[in-house]
Order: sequence, then C-alpha cells, then structure tokens
Amino acid sequence: MLEVIGVPSIDALFEPVPAAVRLQRELDLPPALSEPDLTAHLGALAGQNAAPSTVASFLGAGAYRHFAPSFIDQLLLRSEFYTAYTPYQPEIAQGTLQAVFEFQTLVSALMGTDLANASMYDGSTAMAEAAMMACRLTKRDRIVVAHSVHPHYREVLKTYARNLGLAIVEVGYQADGTVDRGQFAAAAKGAAGVIIQYPNFFGVIEDPRTTVEIARAVGALSVAVVTEPVAMGLLAPPGSLGVDIVAAELQAFGVPVGYGGPYCGVIAASEKCMRQMPGRFVGMATDTEGRTGFVLTLATREQHIRREKATSNICTNSGLMALAATMFMAAYGKAGLPELARLNFDKAHYAKTAIVEAAAKAGARLRFAAPFFNEFVVGGLGDAAAVQKRLLGSGLIAGLPLGRYYPELSDSLLVCATELNRAEDIDRLANALAG
Amino acid sequence: MTTPDHRDQLIFELSTPGRKGYSLPAHDVPPAPLEGAVPDGLLRAGLEGFPEMTEVGLVRHFTRLSTWNYGVDTGMYPLGSCTMKYNPKVNEAAARMSGFADLHPLAPDEVAQGALAVMHAVAGMLGEITGLPAVSLQPAAGAHGELTGMLMIRQHLVTRDGNPRKLVLIPDSAHGTNPASAHFCGYEVREIKSCARGNLSVSALAEAMTPDVAALMLTNPNTLGMFEDEICDAARIVHDKGGLVYCDGANMNALIGKARPGDFGMDIMHLNLHKTFSTPHGGGGPGSGPVVAIKAFEPYLPTPVVTPTRDGMRLDYDRPLSIGRVKAFQGNFGMIIRAYAYIRSLGPEGIRQTAENAVLNANYVRARLRGTYEVPYDRLNMHEVIFSDHKQNEYGVTTLDIAKRLIDLGFHPPTIYFPLIVHGALMVEPTESEGLDELDRFVDAMVQIAEEARTTPELLKKAPTTTRRSRFDEATAARKPILRWKPGV
Repeated sequence: MLEVIGVPSIDALFEPVPAAVRLQRELDLPPALSEPDLTAHLGALAGQNAAPSTVASFLGAGAYRHFAPSFIDQLLLRSEFYTAYTPYQPEIAQGTLQAVFEFQTLVSALMGTDLANASMYDGSTAMAEAAMMACRLTKRDRIVVAHSVHPHYREVLKTYARNLGLAIVEVGYQADGTVDRGQFAAAAKGAAGVIIQYPNFFGVIEDPRTTVEIARAVGALSVAVVTEPVAMGLLAPPGSLGVDIVAAELQAFGVPVGYGGPYCGVIAASEKCMRQMPGRFVGMATDTEGRTGFVLTLATREQHIRREKATSNICTNSGLMALAATMFMAAYGKAGLPELARLNFDKAHYAKTAIVEAAAKAGARLRFAAPFFNEFVVGGLGDAAAVQKRLLGSGLIAGLPLGRYYPELSDSLLVCATELNRAEDIDRLANALAG
Repeated sequence: MTTPDHRDQLIFELSTPGRKGYSLPAHDVPPAPLEGAVPDGLLRAGLEGFPEMTEVGLVRHFTRLSTWNYGVDTGMYPLGSCTMKYNPKVNEAAARMSGFADLHPLAPDEVAQGALAVMHAVAGMLGEITGLPAVSLQPAAGAHGELTGMLMIRQHLVTRDGNPRKLVLIPDSAHGTNPASAHFCGYEVREIKSCARGNLSVSALAEAMTPDVAALMLTNPNTLGMFEDEICDAARIVHDKGGLVYCDGANMNALIGKARPGDFGMDIMHLNLHKTFSTPHGGGGPGSGPVVAIKAFEPYLPTPVVTPTRDGMRLDYDRPLSIGRVKAFQGNFGMIIRAYAYIRSLGPEGIRQTAENAVLNANYVRARLRGTYEVPYDRLNMHEVIFSDHKQNEYGVTTLDIAKRLIDLGFHPPTIYFPLIVHGALMVEPTESEGLDELDRFVDAMVQIAEEARTTPELLKKAPTTTRRSRFDEATAARKPILRWKPGV
C-alpha cells in the first residue's frame, strides 16, 4: 500500500503534521485487554453499582424503570439499525426512516399534537429548545417557568438562555404542590412562552388548561414538559387541552435508566410551529416509480443548510432510542399503555397510603395534597438525606432527598413506584421509614 | 398512494382490534379509586391512533424494516467526516450489564462507585489522548459539545476580562454545526476563506483577528482531510490578541496516538465518541460529545464533575464558575462505557495503529483513484480524501449519480456535496476497519462507475435500481410535508 501511495513508511504519511507537535512516545494509557479480561474487569465495575437484584429503588425524578418486552432490546441489536448513520441516503435507509415516521405519528397521537420531530438529545435539552422556539415564534425574549419543573431542566434552560439575551422568570408552587396561578398569570405578561411540567417534578398532576389560559391571554405560547410519558396512558394529552408545544423525555418507553443516558427527548407541537422546529423530520415521499417511502425533510431549517441561521445547532439526535420508544409504544399499544399507567397509579397510591400509615408516628406525611400519578413527596422526615443514607443499609433507595434542589423541602423525599416495585418492597420501605 | 402489499404497510395499517403484545406484572395492590384522584377533565378517554399488535407481528414488522437498511455491519460505509468504523460487539454487552444499564442516574454516589470510576477513567484517558486535561462527559453529541465548549470560552473571557467579545472566526470549510453552535452562544460568525492549498489562510486569519474576536473555531484535520500545517502559527495569532482556539474533534481519528491538540495550541475541543471511539451511530444517534480543555478551563466545566475523594468518587456540584448544566443527569453514560471498553481493548499501541491505518487507507484510496477522479487537493491527506465530479461532468454525470450508483454496487456512498468549497465533493473516509481487499473492491467500483459515466451515463442517472425504492422526489416532500400517518393517506 505504501508503494502505491509513494511513501517509504507509515511515519512519512504523517509528514503534514509538523514534527514539533508529533507525539514522540506512546500514550500513557493502560495496556490492551483481551475480550475475556475486559469482560471480567467491566463485570467487577458493574458489580459496584446498585442493581435491581440487590437494591429496591424508589427513585424516579425524570428517569423511570418500566418493563420493556425482551424483543425490544433484541431488535435494537439488529445491526442494520444500530450501525447505520443518519438516513441521508433514503434508498438504503427506509428501515430507519419508516420507523422514525411511525415514531412521529405515535408521539403526535400520544401528546395530542399535530406533529412531532424525529427526537432530541433528552427532555432537558428539548425543553430549552422549545423555549428558544417560542421566542422565535413570538419575537419575544422572556420565558416563564414553574419552579415545579425538573430542576435539571431549569438549569439547562438557564445555561442555554444566558447568552441569548433571554430572561428566565421562575414562579413558585402552592401549598398543594401545583403552580401558583396568581404569580404565574402576573409573570406571564409579555412572555414568549410559559412552561409547566405535566405531571410536575413532585409527581403532582398540574392542570395544563391553566397554562393554556394564561398563555393565550397574553399572546404567549404554552409549553408542557412531560418526563413520565407513561402518565399519558391515563391523562388527557396536552395537545388536546390546547398546549402549543410539548417537550418530552421518552426514556420510560423502553430505554434503560442507564445512569442518565442516552435517553430520548422529543418536541411535539402544533402545526404553526413546524417551520421553526429544531431537529429532524421524516416525511412521506414518492420515488421515481411512484412508490411511497420516506425521506428526511424540511432540512432548510437545519444547520447543514442554514449554518448560523438554523433553528438549532443539533445534528445527531437519539435515533436508536426513538426506535426503542416506537417499539415500546407499539407493543403496549392502545390497550396496554392505559393498563400500564393504571398499574403505576395504583402502585404509587398504595405506597402513599402504606408510608403515611406506617410512618405517621415518625412524622412522615404526604407533603402535597394535589392529585399525583406515580410519584409523590413524603415530608416530615427530619434530614431526608440522612434517612435515605440509613435505608441504603437495608437494601432500599428510599427516593430522592429534595434538599439539594428545594432547600425548604430538606425534610422530604420524592418517592416513585412503578409497576416494577412489588408490594412487599413497598411495605418494607414503609416500615423502614417508620423505624 | 396506496400500498397494496402488506409487507409495505405501516404499523398502523397492520393493527387488528383485540391483539396484544405485552404482559404486565401481577396487580399485587388494590386498585386506587380514580374519582377525585385525577382533576376533572384530565382523564384520558382513549389512545386513538395507537396500534394493537401481537409480539410476533411486531417482531416481523421491525425485522423487515431492518432489512431495508444498510449499516457498517452490512459493508463498507466510507461516509467522510462521520468515521463509520466497526462497532465492537463486546461494547454492546458491556453497556447492557445490569450494574450499568439499571443504575438510576440519581442513585447515591455510594452505590454508583463502579459507574463513577468508569467516568473518571474515561475523562483521564481522553485528557491524555488530547493533551487537554479538563474534561466533561456531559454533552450528548458533537454539536452539543461545541455549544458547551463555546460557552466555556465565553465564561473564561467574562471571568478574565469582564467581556465575552463579539465574534467567532470559522473557516469556510467548517461543518454547519460550528456556526450554529457559535450563534447559540450569542456570537456573531465571521467566515474565513481557505487558501488555495485547502488550508486555513494564516494571513486572512491575522487580518480578521481583532480584539473583538473571542475565538477561532476550526477542525483539524480539516474537512478536506488536510492537517492544518500552520496550526501553531494560527494559534499564536489568536492567543496574541487574547482570543481562544476551539477545535472541532470530528476528525480526531486521524490523530489519536500521533499528535495531541493540546500540544499544537488548541485550548478546548469536543470529541465524538460515536466517531473516534467506536460507539454506534444508531441511525442518527445517540452520540456523545465530551469536551476536553486546558487546565485553566477546569472551573468552567458543566456541573456535576466526577471527583475522587478519600471516601471514593463523588459528583461535585459546588462549582461557582461553572457554565451550569447542559443536560439532565451525567451525560450519555451508555456511550461512555462503550468508549471505555474500546480504549481498554486497544491500549496505547492499538490506539496509535488506529490512526495510522485510517490515514494509510485514505491515502491508498486517493493514490488508486487520482487518475480516475479529480482530486482537488492532491497531496498527502489524513484520514479522508476529497474527490470531485469534475471529470464526469463532461458526460452530464454528477456526484449524486456516482453516489447512487455506488449503492447498486454494494457500497454506502461517501459524504457528498460537502465541504461546500469543493464543487461536487465526494468525501471518502474508509476508516481503519477496512482491509486491503475491501478497499480494492471499493476502488474497482469507483473505476467501473467512471467508465460507465463515459459509456452508459443513463445507468447512473437511473441508479439505484437494486434497492426497494428508487430516488425520491424530495422537493415535493418538503413543499407539502406529510409528517405523520393518517388513515387514508
């Protein structure tokens, strides 16, 4: 090969790199491992982490453990799916393209919106992009966001907004855990977008109609964040309630919690947002023989065409995770998703009752009275972080101590119960909190 | 637009009422009453539009879809700038270990020590590979890394001078994400023309480099596959005026183990774990775009940062100068494990050989095809090589025709019409994964196409003809977008 190229050595190929900056040593990295040694090493590292086989976890807060039928992961391992690139050559990417088209259709139906894009990195960045889109559409520069929206999401929004001259105003929650309507309405004047989470970070079922009314009254766009899409099996879809933009995290649909990623963000919205949407779209098209198929479309919004005038800088998104979510939505389907949602609702309500009854003497109480879906806040625990630490010893992750995000809730745990939390583990948690 | 054959149907058309493809765990708690437990008007009436399928129906549907795709495991995928290398299978197994896959992102640090150890190790290894020791694994993809890196530059300038400056200089050969990312950090973009050799023009840079310029944002090797041989001078020009240099690491596969951006004056860069470090592209993501920077940028890293303490690894949130979070939780951890497995499999020699073989393969393709296709910049290239359709234009054949004909001959096409500064660009990046036999087959196919362009151009115009679908009418698709299925569509 070197002869064909006309160079004497491999080193000669690197002559375009100035000699002064060519590395004259091997990198200081650990030596190569064989596959069996690597597997053993990784197994040991994985063994240092809490796995469901050893610890019963009641953590939710934006990442939810649900049962994914086995076929989903087996099909994700079809390497025609996972070793493909973004479908720029539609003739040899109809599999990915049709799956994304089905994803867009399912997400639109789930959220009650006109359309949905091909995915975003995750829910937090989807929310930040939704806020920026609201600013472009209204030509305004202020976003109002409920304090009961996921704290990480609000942090990401601030990071994105800081240098774009966008003002972020947060409004508090009421004693029952829902957004403070009066504060919200007052802050909304002149805003581009008003954002709530549905159900909110505390698990409380916020009423999107409040947000829609407030937004419409001032010419702003209403944005609903959904971090637990299983709730959509039980609750009215935000789009049908008049919400303009839904920024969602679909991790719950067949994507492992996986220590935080990769997940599957998505933006679903009304038709009027189409030309300002970030990210990719797949559309139906016809080939030269008149046959139906699918292509990436509306690319003139995107960075590879529009460069600095694009609606977003996003390129790679969450294609494979969107495929997982598509298969999950299709598997549970019309009957299964409502059934799954109902089971989650029942488990969480059983957990609430069990904890409040067992641990009332120890001071535990339901912190917020408003209706909730599959997570809720237990207050009156003294130092909740210390309680969580104590219960770790009993093989329980009792929930999320809220003090880091809400100093006024340092006595509270956010407790989540899904269909995978067994009644006996819930009882064990209730008793442990009592002791 | 009807589709008579059930094998072409969408999942919605395959649905049959009453079919079921799921099973739920035992209902071991009493049902909770819904009345009063859900606010009035917020109970969902039904899931209109959702399908009802059996498991076998679903499996056949999605298996069928997979067969309409082409992946790296199908064959050579010389998509320039995308580094479509082989994705080792042990990495997939690693990411699926329950201790990793089922670990909740908010699990207390005490029960996440294995995951934190992987993150800390990957940060250290990426720091060593690039010579840039301040590392964040949080960004979810390359463009997200660009945004993070540019925000850190901005934060540094504000901390140092109280002034973020206004402009970012970007060569005309750059990826579209670069100007878009700079724009979303509040900067105005100035384009710098490349010189006749396909490199950054240092004189144009010197002229453009004013005290208003926050940073030069460039890719090295650049998108023409050329190493920026005056990179040290370029960095000095920028630094002398108080600016910073951002390096897009999309093409780092050419350099790992051979040269370190920290040694040639780069202040900060992102890496694409889904390019250089073998994590799969997933048909459009997920990716992972860690940011690596000079030590002085450490305070600006997104929160949290993995930090070793006497009590083990901890996530450190107390970082007052941080740019803040760019993503919920800790980043695309599943990709980070795969990259860890990759680097540990290769070791230092294997990493170096990766770059050597990637560069060898790309130069071999150039040397074999330079008589057949125009090579606009015909000298030693790095990991990718650019051809143009100049010679084939004579017969009315364009880059698109060449790309589509390659599909018929069993190859994924190269990146086409990019970089924008080459007319009809065909950007070939074979990667280190291809052996000589496969490279020769690709070269033969390209030679055959050049011959066909001369003798039977209509064959190219019609291509591809071996696929389930031929070329699409993309203009109509964009003019009248159909973005979701509806009954009767």
